[in-house]
Order: sequence, then C-alpha cells, then structure tokens
Amino acid sequence: MDALIEKLKGQIIEQLNLAEVKPEEINPDSPLFGEGLGLDSIDALELIVLLEKHYGIKIQDPKDGKTIFQSLRTMAEYIKSQGKS
Amino acid sequence: MIFTSYNNIISSLGFSTQENYQAVSNSQVGVKKMKLPFSQDEFCVAKISDDKIQEHLSQIKNADTHTKLEQLSILSIQDVLNQSGINPKDSRTLLIYSTTKGNIDILSSDSVKDDRYKEVDSKRVYLPVFAKHLQSYFQLVYTPVVLSNACISGILAIIIAKRFIKQGTYDNVLVCGGDILSEFTISGFKSFNALSNEPSKPFDGNRVGINLGEAVSTILITNKKELATSYNTQIISGASANDANHISGPSRTGDGLFQCLTQILKKNINDIGFISAHGTATPFNDEMESIAFDRAGLNTIPVNSFKGYYGHTLGAAGVLETVLSLESMKHQRLIKSEGFETKGFSGNITMIESHQDKNFSSFIKTASGFGGCNAAALFEKV
Amino acid sequence: MSNITSYAHIKHNQVSVNGEIVFHSNSSLTLIEFLSEAYKNLGISYPKFHKMDAQCKLGFLCAEFALKGTNFLTENNLSKTAIVLSNCASSLETDRVHQHSIDDKSNYFPSPAVFVYTLPNITIGELAIKHKITGENAFFVSEQLDADLLVNYTETLFQRNTKTAIVGWVEVDVANFEAFIFLTENTENINKSSIFKSLNQTSVTTIYNQTIWTH
Repeated sequence: MDALIEKLKGQIIEQLNLAEVKPEEINPDSPLFGEGLGLDSIDALELIVLLEKHYGIKIQDPKDGKTIFQSLRTMAEYIKSQGKS
Repeated sequence: MIFTSYNNIISSLGFSTQENYQAVSNSQVGVKKMKLPFSQDEFCVAKISDDKIQEHLSQIKNADTHTKLEQLSILSIQDVLNQSGINPKDSRTLLIYSTTKGNIDILSSDSVKDDRYKEVDSKRVYLPVFAKHLQSYFQLVYTPVVLSNACISGILAIIIAKRFIKQGTYDNVLVCGGDILSEFTISGFKSFNALSNEPSKPFDGNRVGINLGEAVSTILITNKKELATSYNTQIISGASANDANHISGPSRTGDGLFQCLTQILKKNINDIGFISAHGTATPFNDEMESIAFDRAGLNTIPVNSFKGYYGHTLGAAGVLETVLSLESMKHQRLIKSEGFETKGFSGNITMIESHQDKNFSSFIKTASGFGGCNAAALFEKV
Repeated sequence: MSNITSYAHIKHNQVSVNGEIVFHSNSSLTLIEFLSEAYKNLGISYPKFHKMDAQCKLGFLCAEFALKGTNFLTENNLSKTAIVLSNCASSLETDRVHQHSIDDKSNYFPSPAVFVYTLPNITIGELAIKHKITGENAFFVSEQLDADLLVNYTETLFQRNTKTAIVGWVEVDVANFEAFIFLTENTENINKSSIFKSLNQTSVTTIYNQTIWTH
C-alpha cells in the first residue's frame, strides 16, 4: 500500500503540474481538495484520466470521484480494490 | 441609433432565418442521437445535414476549394448581402467573424487524407488566414476582425459592432458567427464530463450537460435607418465582465453576469419582454445564471434558452440566439424553453414553459463562457 | 486623455520593460525552460502558473513585468479595468496537443486540463483571476499586432465604463513566441507620470518597435 501511495504521489504531481509541491509534503490522509493540496474541478477530472491511463480503471459515474479522491489513501485503496495495483 | 438589420441562420433546423423561426415555433428540435464519422459511439448533437449542404453548393463559386465552415459562412453572408443589397466593396462595411475553433477540422489527421479537403490550404486553420479567405471571396475592403472569446464571442461581436459604429469607424458591420461539429470539441467536452447523452434540458432539475451543435448565423448591424427592416430594433447597450474566479467553472454567485446586467439595465425592468439566456444545461451554468438574474431583480421577466433546440453552437450561439430573439419580438411571441420541465436552480426566476403571445418591445441576450467571461446586451424597438 | 503608463515585451528569450531589457536567458533554452526561468526571476509564488499552457504562462509573465513597480492594481477600480488581447495563432499550440491526444484511437486520452486551454481568451481569464480584474474582455485574432484595432477598440471602451486597460499581443506558435502588453489609463490627470502622453496608433507602434534585442 505504501509503495502504491508513493507511486501515486509522483503521478499526481506530474499529471496535475504541481511543480512547487514535493512528494514528502503530501500527507496520504490529508484531503486532496479544498484545503490540503488545493485541487480544483479540472484536477478532479484529470484524476479520472490518471486512473484510466495508468491503472486501466474507468470511473463510470464521476460522482463516485468524491469518495475515491478524498485522500491519497482512499485513492490507493480504491485501486487495490479494483485489483489493479 | 444603431439598428439590427437583415440576417440569416444556417443550422440543423434550416438554411434561412424564416425556416429556423418556423421550426422552433413548431417546437422542432434539431438535436438528435446519431453516429459520427470518428466514433463507434452515438452522440446527441445538432448536425447540419450533409445532403442539405450539398443542395446549396451550386450557389458557391468553386465550392470544393472551401472548408465546410467556409461554405456555410459564404452561404450565410451571401444571403444577408442579397437581402440588404449592401455592396460588400463599400469602404464603410466591416465583417466581424465570431468563432471558437474556426477550421479546426483541418488539424485532424483524417482531414489530410480526406478527399474533400485536397483543394484546401491547411494554413486556413489559422483564423486570420480563414478570415482573409472570406475577405477575398466577397472582395471586402477591410480585413475582417476575428473575435475568439469562448462562448460569449457571438453576442460580444454584436456589442463590438455597435461600439465601432458609434465611434464612427464604420456604418455597417456584418457579424458572422460560426462553429462546426468536430471530434476536437466533442472529445474535449466529453473529457470535461459535460455532454448529455439525451437532448439537453436547460434549467431543468434533471439536466446533466450540453449537446453540441453546429451553425453559422449572420446579422447586419447598421446606423442606416432605411436598413432597419421590419424589426425596427436598436441595440441599446451591451457589456462584458469577467468573474475572476476560475478558468472553467462559472462563479457560484454569478458576479460577472450580474455586473453585465447592472450596466445594461438603465431603464424600467418591467418593460423587458424576455431574457434569452445562455442556458447550456450544465448544472453549474444554469444555476449561476438563475442567481445572477435574481440578483439583478429580473425575477418576473420570462427566461428561455434556445439550446434545447440547437444544442450549444459555440461561436455562433450569441448571433443565432439574438436573431431568434428578434424574430420572437417581431412576432410578439415568447418561445418555450425546450427541455425545461421542473425547476432546477436556486435563483427566483420565471421560465417560459410554453409558446405564448405577448406584447413586448425589448429583450436581453446573455452569454457566459470558459475563461470566466460573461456578456449581456439589451435590444429595444424604436 | 488616455495615457500608456507601462509596457513589457518578451521575445528571443529576453524580457524588456519600458524599452529596456530587464531579463534574458540563454538563447538555447526552450520556451518552457525560458518561461520557468523568467518566473523564478520575478520571485513570486503562484502555484497556478505551473498548470497553465505556454501561452497563458507567457501572457501572465508579460503582464507581471508590465505591472511590476506600478500602482496600476492598487490605485484603480479593477471592475473598470478591461483586458484586450490578441494574437495570430489563437490557441493552436495547445490545439495541437489536444488533437494529438485523440489522433491515436489505441492511445486515446483527451485531457480536460489541456482542453480548457484550447481557447485563446483563457489567457485573459488567468490575468483576471490573478489580479481580480473584472472589467470588459475581448480576444482578437489578427495576422500581426494590429495597433489600429487595439487602439480603436480600447477607445470605445474608454467612452463607456472602462477607466483602465491591459492591452496587447500574446502569441505562441511552434518555436515562435512573443508577448507585448501595455497598461493604459483614461485619466484627466495629465500630470501623472507616463511613458507616452497619449494612447494612439503611432505610440503603440513606436513602443512595440522600441526594444533593441541583443540577438
């Protein structure tokens, strides 16, 4: 799980162009949106693309994103649950 | 005074303003589920029939040397020139072209192989080169001005036309707005999760997103009273404003649109017949508009969106919807906001739920778009 | 009376402000590398910068350099500040990126963060967001800098609600890039310091051609 979280950190920083954020600054349990990383609605859509591109997971209903993308940990758990890590 | 004058609409619902107005007043919807050449999936779009375009090509000189958007633009502009009788070589006449993507279909790798475009210089993907192509076709004296300001382009182009005429720079401005359906825009809006798989439902509680549509619409704006036509309508005022909030999401409080409305509403609000809203049918856009109209005190003014009929025609939308609104006022008839059934917004506003006769002498056209931009204009009978 | 109060010009991996080169980088740097160096040179922190496409980054930096050291943002009512920009390629540079992402059906990943930049007026939106500027907007597309169009149109705005404007050219097309932005104020106070007393076609052309690039 930790390895997956570390991998996700790198992928998120790259995909979302978070050039001023260092991987060690991201707390796996902090919220990704609002406070924390301060991601916005376009980032949410990009995370959906990220899951499909890197893990072959297609989120059919974007509303599910709300629970999946709460934090890095929930994202990693979701990927595991899909058997795609 | 600056008047609205002769015009044309080429869309999924017809090749003239009359055909289009007739269609919407008969509640015909241009949006349909169909397969498009680039995908196995079905999309719900408002497409101009290829056969219909074919029927009109004989009216165009060297038709196969133009792109689809150029063909439609030539037909639309030619119709307005024929009706108005103005000489395109007149040195006081400007063309403003409003578009978001122009000849974007040139960019796709398929169009290179496409036989249809073998006579087309790929440089015309550049908007100024596209505009010069139209200039040379009609032998216009001035290089056309191209405006590309997302979804407010059409109504902003009309506002800009008025400003240039008032300044004394021109007497006549032809405003032409156009965009075509392309894999480029469809895939982009799909990635934004903004497309509806069913005919869209602006302002409705069950709306899920937009339908894309294609259209070209042209209107002559003039200071010449003799060209004012049966509309006898002038452009009173127009304004644009930016939300300064987010590059794709509209302001939750409708700030930019509210700022536009406060600038154009200098007179008694109760005289306004209706508002032709942007009404894309995305959850956030329509909600934002309801809040802005409410904040501006427009609660009792009937509102419609034409996008239930035409889909979102991007750079054409503001021109097309202004022309339909002018027709609506000419016929003293409010056109139903297609797709609306149940209230799906928090602002206190009044939707047009069925076609109805009404005596009125002014209307508002609004638009909002990516980049946080908003625009609104007020039109009134002389 | 309208004055031009400040201007910046970016070209050939150099930045000039009011005609003087204030920053340059190695001419071998790519556009993206140069923009990153220029951003560091400004000494600001604005994480959204890194999410922008090249055209927005270029326009953003050019505006920052034009605004730096002026009172433009603090002294003016920004709801009466217009942003009028122009270029030749519209958003073609990013259009190509989006088109590339859909050309190969076996590797089909259109990106919303790319698609949103396939409209030229997003550059206006980014400036508006950064500085909370809510006035008039217009993005014109012309073959080259059209001083007549920009000046005429800005004057129509000054006849109405607009008091100040950020006006210019922001172009990125393959290897070519250039940004030129000037600040202009419609003011009765002609004693206010200004580079050129009046906004007109000649003054815009003059300041556009003023910088002597070192290579």
